[in-house]
Amino acid sequence: MISRAFEFLSRRIDGPLMAALALTLTLGLTVVYSAGGGAGMERVMSQGRNLAVAFVALWIFAHIPPQTLMRLALPIYVCGLSLLVGVALFGEVRNGARRWLNLGVTSIQPSEVMKIGVPLVLAWYFHRHEEALRLRNFVLAAIILVIPVGLIARQPDLGTALLIFASGFFVIFLAGLSWKVLASLMAGGLASLPLVWSMMHDYQRQRIFTLLNPMEDPLGAGYHIIQSTIAIGSGGVLGKGWLNGTQAQLDFVPERSTDFILAVFGEEFGLVGNIVLVILYLLVIARGLMIAANASTVFSRLAAGAITLTFFTYAFVNMGMVSGILPVVGVPLPMISYGGTALLSILAGFGILMSIATHKQLVSS
Amino acid sequence: MIVGQALRDQQRELNVFRNRILLVGFLILAAFGVLVARFTWLQVFQQEYYHTLAEANRISVVPVVPNRGLILDRNGEVLAANYSAYTLEITPSKVPNVERAIDELATVIEVSARDRRRFRKLQEESKNFESLPIRTRLTEEEVARFAVNRFRFPGFEIKARLFRSYPQGEVASHAIGYIGRINDADLKRIDNAGLTNNYKGTDHIGKLGIEGAYEKELHGVTGSEQVEIDAGGRAIRALARNEPISGNNLVVTLDLTLQKIAEQAFGDYKGALVAIDPKTGEVLALVSRPGFDPNLFVDGIDPQNWDALNNSPDKPLNNRALRGQYPPGSTIKPFMALAALEYKKRSPEYSISDPGFYSLPGVAHRYRDWKKGGHGSVNLHRSIVVSCDTYYYGLATELGIDSIHSFLTRFGFGQRSGIDIEGELGGVAPSQEWKQQRFHQKWYGGDTVSVGIGQGYMLATPVQLAAATAMIANGGIPVHPHLLKAVQDSKTQEMRPFADPNANAEALVKPQNLALVRSAMVDVTKPGGTAAQASAGAPYPIAAKTGTAQVVGMKQNEKYDEKRMKREHWDHALFIAFAPADDPKLAIAILVENGQHGGSTAAPIARQVFDYLLLGKKPQVKIEPPKDDAQPQDDEHD
Repeated sequence: MISRAFEFLSRRIDGPLMAALALTLTLGLTVVYSAGGGAGMERVMSQGRNLAVAFVALWIFAHIPPQTLMRLALPIYVCGLSLLVGVALFGEVRNGARRWLNLGVTSIQPSEVMKIGVPLVLAWYFHRHEEALRLRNFVLAAIILVIPVGLIARQPDLGTALLIFASGFFVIFLAGLSWKVLASLMAGGLASLPLVWSMMHDYQRQRIFTLLNPMEDPLGAGYHIIQSTIAIGSGGVLGKGWLNGTQAQLDFVPERSTDFILAVFGEEFGLVGNIVLVILYLLVIARGLMIAANASTVFSRLAAGAITLTFFTYAFVNMGMVSGILPVVGVPLPMISYGGTALLSILAGFGILMSIATHKQLVSS
Repeated sequence: MIVGQALRDQQRELNVFRNRILLVGFLILAAFGVLVARFTWLQVFQQEYYHTLAEANRISVVPVVPNRGLILDRNGEVLAANYSAYTLEITPSKVPNVERAIDELATVIEVSARDRRRFRKLQEESKNFESLPIRTRLTEEEVARFAVNRFRFPGFEIKARLFRSYPQGEVASHAIGYIGRINDADLKRIDNAGLTNNYKGTDHIGKLGIEGAYEKELHGVTGSEQVEIDAGGRAIRALARNEPISGNNLVVTLDLTLQKIAEQAFGDYKGALVAIDPKTGEVLALVSRPGFDPNLFVDGIDPQNWDALNNSPDKPLNNRALRGQYPPGSTIKPFMALAALEYKKRSPEYSISDPGFYSLPGVAHRYRDWKKGGHGSVNLHRSIVVSCDTYYYGLATELGIDSIHSFLTRFGFGQRSGIDIEGELGGVAPSQEWKQQRFHQKWYGGDTVSVGIGQGYMLATPVQLAAATAMIANGGIPVHPHLLKAVQDSKTQEMRPFADPNANAEALVKPQNLALVRSAMVDVTKPGGTAAQASAGAPYPIAAKTGTAQVVGMKQNEKYDEKRMKREHWDHALFIAFAPADDPKLAIAILVENGQHGGSTAAPIARQVFDYLLLGKKPQVKIEPPKDDAQPQDDEHD
């Protein structure tokens, strides 16, 4: 009975990936507890509920066969795109940015939908044209990518726009975009940097300045980054010990439960902890890339690759930002930061990866 | 063929994909390598630097203010104490609109108009970033009510502090003095004394009286505490503590009951009294009426009370005992008599025939005796008993002003007595040189005549008179009047008695001369003397001399008529005395402003003081219970 229930639950679950995820998420809960200070237990309970929801999403996505997912890709994309247009026209302004769409019942951020929608639709597009991929296919793919990215960047939400652009770009790159085009794109990109600079908002430019010299405004724009590097640096090799980080516990690290949770972790668990976390991420990514390499269809491969690389991007951008080598953008540390939305989209993505991993044999047999 | 082509293409595509995945894998490794390098840099190579920064973030060294020493009277009665209370303080620089914030505060806890006025005055006197009290002595309930609303009041803070209180209120206020908030002048003094570190965290300092003079003993040594603070600057816990050393307690020479009796004996009169133990110079009572409530100054005085004190015609803030310079009038006569004996200008037997006036040779002007028609035959003894002016007019002229000056200087006239609190004035024991320097004028013979009866240029403070009287009482040994009896070391509890610089001083006048003057002073209090009435029935002998000091000058032949004069123009009454005359325990000098006659207004005050000290007798009048509240005193004395 129990074994049959286990069999039912685990049929579409990839063991190694699941193990790496479980380890990372457990680590995340311990840090959420510490970062929560007095409200630690409450936070852990709340994050536990988020996890339960996210695991249900993972389990459901793992059971959707890749072919079905492929058929859903275009509708998801179109739906997301129209929502983005809706935001641009009727969106709510919160904190100076037009990101939210009020649907009467609830408010949603359509850019979250596109985090999955964009890589899926591009994977679907390349899958359809797998026989004869030409340059114009890549151009069209680029257009499919640039429209939503542009809309999101205009909200303005540059961080999310860049992450979605990255996820789409990974698909195009993995689909085989030639090195020549890639090189010229990079040259063109570099050349257009001044143009991009002139189009950026003041606060976005300020973030770059802050990265270059945080001490210029230690109590204003530089405060986050100064306090988080102090937290990490003072942690040393072994850390100050769980719940003993002075920077974290005395409130010096801002947003310590969400975007800056790595500062808490690094302070309390030290270099050793940071390396363990990097290794856990590497395990997840390595398993993801293996699934992509062994996937049976173009769609599966590209989708799996893009999901894995997007995950990497989140982790890298967040860790780079908190340790002071990348500008501050609103990206949580995947599977560690407190918060439900990001957790949901990440575990849904891993659900797709597991679906790809477990449905492959059925197709080939 | 086509299928094969397609398959090959597929295979090629898969290879491209796998190669790129491999490439990406390496890139990811490299990217994570960069992160690990960054972590290693921060956490290994820079660890010490960031550790220091983190510690600096969380550790704040705050001064721990020592408890101020207590001030006790000679019997252990508390004259100045500390109590701990909550205050609500505002840092104006952190509050955008202070007035509006206070209005809002008034909806949460009571803020009186007086609180506002006092706060406004403090604000004018202080720097913007200083934390200033808007409310003091909050009740537990008020603290709780504010705490609930705390978020509405950034820049406001509840602090538990030690406050100074003067439980005796107005009693002995001029001797005890008060503490007040440190101002710029105080800061400069602290800085010059190299005490800046010791005053970190202290915001009050002794301003006057014993509080001011013995600030060094009372303050103590400031300790420090390392506290862990959070990002909001709130202290979380103490890490290490370097205990402060409390200020030393001071035992002062005052006798609180004696002081109260003396103050009350003045009734509505203004004036001063100084009572000294002639053997030691200890001041048992130091009165200056009217007094003031020193509690008003502790938290910063509000403008209304300040104006009331400062602009009152009664000058309650003026310490008359030390700063009131009055003509000593006839109280100078015992000293002039001593001078005559010491300088051998008079023998005890030598008599004059007093016609009721004196004229300088060849001058028509008549210096009148207070008694019309004169006292008849007057020798040295009688000149003191009946206070004969004519005797001293002639004596002064014969002594000459410079001899008078040098003799009076021996008794401390014309110079500060050196009492151990600040603000004393020196009075005037005039000389030719003094007049030349002061007025650029020659000294005239007539000037000397007036000095002979303690008028003219002669000025003395009550404390000078008391010290001089003590010298007559103790056999001519200079005394150093002082208020400190002992310092109680706060660590060892050991008593360190006041070191009297005059301890081994020698008598400055011959004992037989002194005996003559003393016996005359005893007869002053006997029937026929000027202070007979006030001394009637005393079971101990009192030696005394009365005096009267003119407030406005009289023209030749003009008659002093109190009924036709404004009260503030009435003569001042003076009285010096010591008792018991054969073994003096207390020497006293009293000045009653506009009291007219030393014998009738000043002498009864002395009698009450002596009766208490020597007989333990308390006067009928009620002794006010100690005040423990700093409410403004609206009932003014006139």
